[in-house]
Amino acid sequence: MSELTLGKPEAQSSGLAATLKHARYIIGENPVTGFAFGLFVLIVIAAVLGPHIVPYDPLASDTAVSLKPPSRAHWFGTDQLGRDVFSRVVSATRLDFIIAVFSVVLVFLMGGLAGVAAGFFGGWTDRIVSRIADTIMAFPLFVLAMGIVAALGNTVQNIILATAIVNFPLYARIARTEANVRREAGFVQAARLAGNGEFRILLGHILPNIMPIMIVQMSLTMGYAILNAAGLSFIGLGVRPPDAEWGIMVAEGAAFMVSGEWWVALFPGLALMIAVFCFNLLGDGLRDIVDPQRRT
Amino acid sequence: MSITDAPHISNAPPALPLLDIKNLTVEFSTRRGIVQAVKNINVEVAKGETLAIVGESGSGKSVTSFAVMRILDRAGRIAEGSVMFSGIDVRAADDDQMRDLRGREMSMIFQNPRAALNPIRKVGVQIEDVLRQHAQVDSSALTDKAIEILDQVRIARPRERYHAYPFELSGGMCQRVVIALALACKPQLLIADEPTTGLDVTTQKTVMDLVTELTRQQGMSTILITHDLGLAAVYCDRVVVMEKGHVVETALSSTIFKAPSHPYTRKLMRATPRPGVTLRDLLPEDSAEAKKAPATVKSGNGHAAPAVATTPLLVIEKLVKEYPRQGMTTSLSKLFRRGPAPEPEIFRAVDGISFTVNRGESVGLVGESGCGKSTTSTMVMRLIDKSDGLIQFDGEDIGAIPAKQFATLPLRKRIQMVFQDPTDSLNPRYTAARAIADPILRLGDISGRNAIRARCEELALQVGLPVEFLDRFPHQLSGGQKARVGIARAIALHPDLIILDEPTAALDVSVQAVVLNLLQDLKDTLGMSYLFVSHDLNVVRLLCDRVIVMKQGKIVEQGPTERVLFAPEAQYTRDLLDAIPHPTV
Repeated sequence: MSELTLGKPEAQSSGLAATLKHARYIIGENPVTGFAFGLFVLIVIAAVLGPHIVPYDPLASDTAVSLKPPSRAHWFGTDQLGRDVFSRVVSATRLDFIIAVFSVVLVFLMGGLAGVAAGFFGGWTDRIVSRIADTIMAFPLFVLAMGIVAALGNTVQNIILATAIVNFPLYARIARTEANVRREAGFVQAARLAGNGEFRILLGHILPNIMPIMIVQMSLTMGYAILNAAGLSFIGLGVRPPDAEWGIMVAEGAAFMVSGEWWVALFPGLALMIAVFCFNLLGDGLRDIVDPQRRT
Repeated sequence: MSITDAPHISNAPPALPLLDIKNLTVEFSTRRGIVQAVKNINVEVAKGETLAIVGESGSGKSVTSFAVMRILDRAGRIAEGSVMFSGIDVRAADDDQMRDLRGREMSMIFQNPRAALNPIRKVGVQIEDVLRQHAQVDSSALTDKAIEILDQVRIARPRERYHAYPFELSGGMCQRVVIALALACKPQLLIADEPTTGLDVTTQKTVMDLVTELTRQQGMSTILITHDLGLAAVYCDRVVVMEKGHVVETALSSTIFKAPSHPYTRKLMRATPRPGVTLRDLLPEDSAEAKKAPATVKSGNGHAAPAVATTPLLVIEKLVKEYPRQGMTTSLSKLFRRGPAPEPEIFRAVDGISFTVNRGESVGLVGESGCGKSTTSTMVMRLIDKSDGLIQFDGEDIGAIPAKQFATLPLRKRIQMVFQDPTDSLNPRYTAARAIADPILRLGDISGRNAIRARCEELALQVGLPVEFLDRFPHQLSGGQKARVGIARAIALHPDLIILDEPTAALDVSVQAVVLNLLQDLKDTLGMSYLFVSHDLNVVRLLCDRVIVMKQGKIVEQGPTERVLFAPEAQYTRDLLDAIPHPTV
């Protein structure tokens, strides 16, 4: 029974420790992923603590100092109402982050689960889910999101809902394909033999195997969700002034670009760019971490 | 057709070998540092010689051939030594030179013929590509040449098949096309990397006979990489045995099987199932289990038939499974509704078979791929529904219960299964303990964390899996360990009948020997019945009391193992038996 002694020494470490070790290996091999993780931590800190650590009240206007360029007192300058742009950019992180997280979770619950069920059960479930996805894809996605927010009302909840709906096909299709290839896998048959019902197989056996891919997908769509929310706010749908939100701030600042007050639009735009950039890099890094090919 | 009679090596000039591998070391850089897959090996291949490289998985036999062709993947590199191919230093040659060599001077046949062919190009065109690449023929004669080559590899109606896509051909046909590709430019060296692993024994025989004949005709040298000692003995002049990156023995194939000098070769020889041995004989001489008295183990000759007084455990009568044959034409005509809808063609995968399995008996279900043996076992397993016939288990008509409902019935726990691929049949995100506990959680009568854990540990002991491995994930276990987990899961609920679906097909011979013995011991201690589905008659002989031979959905012969395998009545059984390559011991 010599095969029994062939175990690899590090295989003994527990699952979590092994994952951390693997993550460290990936980051060590690809510093950009480490950088993205750093940015992500920064964004989370800004979202949680933002309003408490900024130097000025993001909503307090002071017309005496309106449209001042960046200085020691106002790092990112001030806008037309004299509000501190730095304070507004940092405290807007929370709203944008909330929209991104909730819309991604919502689309995962809708699209991910519908897609897994479609791929696993096939037949009518598949037809219905796939046709819903096709219908959504038939519209230009941003126009569809505009339509949903315009029809349902200008609230943060509706922005979240609209962002989730436009991403539905992406999630449903990925989950469907992944579930479909595992549908006849040996371990699914084995689960049937063990007396698992179909729903239990779906949730207990198929879904956990698809989660890594879904998590990567969620990270990648986070960036898109932020962009979508900002876009909606930019054209006047969604978050309403005076709330601080990157999209609105860019929209408000755009008018002052021509007259030379570049800082009003530039800094929220930069924040937007960095956030989207961070989530995309993070998605790529996560893909490397969950990719079994690299777990040798 | 016997090929062993020509000792080619003696006519080969001793002067310059065609391929000379000297002190070759191949390294792979992984995250655990540098791993040496091949360590300091020396291999020579003379002109016109057929050499076998034999070893189990991980022995470095494929890596050696990749190093010769210089197609190692990015992480691998030749660290030391030299590879000389007819005077050219392969290690020093630049990429242009290598491209010229590959295909024209040396070529390769891969394990999976389907993966080696481009699925969206006609096979004839793929042969033309090779010819054009190496400017062997001028373009006007390309098509004729390709057809001629197809004819050479015995593809019937080559002019028609020139236009076939790989998916339209059977596995054996595809492998012939791959051989045609490899031989198109008349290379001097052919490397065949497990060329017949996915093929049936009779197809294996025709493919190997073809390769031998063509290479002999053209005076080519061949390296056959295989895990099958029988194949190496029958088709090769010399054998190189590799273990963990080292060459442990090199000898003429006529002598190596008579007098293997290295202990590893002896171990491999012992573990290979062959006529005239018992299960215990497969284990290494010094192992404790081999010394155990084979009291309850049936030896190869004559064993007491199980008591026949009791009613059979499983009765199958006139079982039928039909599938609609779906073609492009039918669905298209359905779409356009031209004329009356055509009667759907029906394909009978299982065509009215009847057999019984008694309590404590193991029955072998043998046949080549597509004969319906897996469909039969899945129906008995109640994973798919039958089209017609009777499946009676312990007096109950289980065939009448729809497969969807059967999953949650108490009856479910009395019929379990061990799957063919131990990796595929374990959920990659479940630990071994969780996988074994799954049936207990759903259908078992044990509850409570500690009780279930205790049962898992008991089962692990029973199948010889160290308890500390229970917390590992499948990718942290070896093939043999995964097989043990699969067996532990199958016996967790004390089933009466276990269906073994080629449980050792994915395992190395030495691991297979251990697993087969384990299955036999478990059957004796737990009193289960086995329905053993396999294509390997040698394995069936060792484990089964009775054998059923299937062909194209029908049973061609059934009876006691000894009778069927030593005095087969059906011609088909005889063909199957003849096609198995045996080392001449």
